[in-house]
Amino acid sequence: MENVTKVIQLIPLNYYILLSTLLFSIGVIGVLFRRNAIVIFMCIELMLNAVNLLLAAFSSYRSDPSGQVFVFFIMAVAAAEVAVGLAILTMIYRNTGSVDINFLNKLKW
Amino acid sequence: MTLYLFYFLSFLAILCALMVVVSKNPVHSVLYLILTFFAIAGHYVLLNAQFLAAVHVIVYAGAIMVLFLYVIMMLNLNAETEPQKGKWLRVAATMAGGLLMVVLVGALRSAADTISLPVQDSQIGMIKNLGRVLYKDFMLPFEISSILFLSAMVGAVMLGKKEIK
Repeated sequence: MENVTKVIQLIPLNYYILLSTLLFSIGVIGVLFRRNAIVIFMCIELMLNAVNLLLAAFSSYRSDPSGQVFVFFIMAVAAAEVAVGLAILTMIYRNTGSVDINFLNKLKW
Repeated sequence: MTLYLFYFLSFLAILCALMVVVSKNPVHSVLYLILTFFAIAGHYVLLNAQFLAAVHVIVYAGAIMVLFLYVIMMLNLNAETEPQKGKWLRVAATMAGGLLMVVLVGALRSAADTISLPVQDSQIGMIKNLGRVLYKDFMLPFEISSILFLSAMVGAVMLGKKEIK
């Protein structure tokens, strides 16, 4: 275990910034790419996780525990968000018979 | 060895994230997203944030993704019922996301150089140290998050009811 966790000395912080940026961009592409509302919701989770990873990386590199506590609270909020969001999506499915976002265009100009 | 582990986990995370976006079956998307979350949990272990790694596996892979899988199987979604965007819209989406990535990479390229980093063996991710901070400095937000969970629970039950009177 002592050998594995030497990542701070070996890997520059820039690599973690690059990785998080890539994951965030893939999440954005997924939101624009798909029409299934549940898959779009999953891509939003992916974006949240990319930001969490970057927060944890900065926190570890700077030896500041506040960042990791913040990631913990983000996870709590994400869990609550998923519970309510999936309830809304099942409600939409019950009313329209589909999770296709193209049917949800009442608010579209 | 740590370096190879970092590259392997990064490759796994990015590949599985791409598969989430491109796979036609929503169930496969959920399974690939679970793999991505395990790769990110591996990154947390590499960063010496063991508490976050455990919480990440339990909350995300254990609770949230099971909820997603449950809803997708309950609604009986599969590759046949999956709505697809047109070819040009998909090309435009990929280009827009790729351009956002280029902008972010360009903007953050030298962000890490501006802060001075103490090169040391960080021990803040251990449960003992993190728990001390969480229960001393962040006591009030920690307690308020329980009210958030209560309201989320009430909201989910209310939305799931057949008719709201």
